[in-house]
Amino acid sequence: MSDLKIDKTLDCKGMLCPMPIVKTRKAMKGMEVGELLEMFSTDPGAMPDMNAWARQTKHELLEAQELEERLFRFVVKKTH
Amino acid sequence: MPTADGRRRLALIATKGTLDWAYPPFILASAAGAMDWDVGVFFTFYGLPLLKKDLNPEVTPVGNPAMPMKMPFGSEKFQNINWPIPKVLSHNIPGFDSMATGLMKKMFKNKGVATIEELREICVETDVRLIACQMTMDVFGFSKEEFIDETEIAGAAAFLEYAADADVTLFV
Repeated sequence: MSDLKIDKTLDCKGMLCPMPIVKTRKAMKGMEVGELLEMFSTDPGAMPDMNAWARQTKHELLEAQELEERLFRFVVKKTH
Repeated sequence: MPTADGRRRLALIATKGTLDWAYPPFILASAAGAMDWDVGVFFTFYGLPLLKKDLNPEVTPVGNPAMPMKMPFGSEKFQNINWPIPKVLSHNIPGFDSMATGLMKKMFKNKGVATIEELREICVETDVRLIACQMTMDVFGFSKEEFIDETEIAGAAAFLEYAADADVTLFV
């Protein structure tokens, strides 16, 4: 893990497509521009999906890591 | 031509109302909604019941030869068995569809898949346009009151005009 200052953490473990990006969007709605959201997922599809979601929504995906088998961590910066 | 506000657009046609076929349009629509796309789904023929307030889609193995028959309980090995149920049984035993529906719902729940109700709610929250086909409503005798309040009513020309400016159009 990095030493980024996380403003909010979202647990999407156990959820399958499209819930991780849906929950991420919802969590971001309640945040301020510049804040960082950390999201955990066990869905292997979340890796390509979060990359696509960030490209499409123009939020910044700062980190996308596979911490262990079937456990992923993402950090997204709200840009707008 | 891009949409007026520069957002990407997804235009879907949903023509099937069974539990299995209800998933693709609602998953795609909610995912696109979550990406801030402009999304519209045109519900026609057997897709119309997916707009009903009282949503209760079922699945049938009849005519679904590739549908896996798996059990949503027991050990992982047991759950991975694809039961070779003869068509003569699955097509004729009363209540088999209800059982298959129950098993599929349980399996989806166990695996962490959202329900159709949840996905439809997400579509509403992300301003996905849910459009009922007027012609099929008249043919099958549906009234607007049966559908959720967010339902719009339109015909083929109105949908085509909307779809003409879409980046992605799919028929499900």
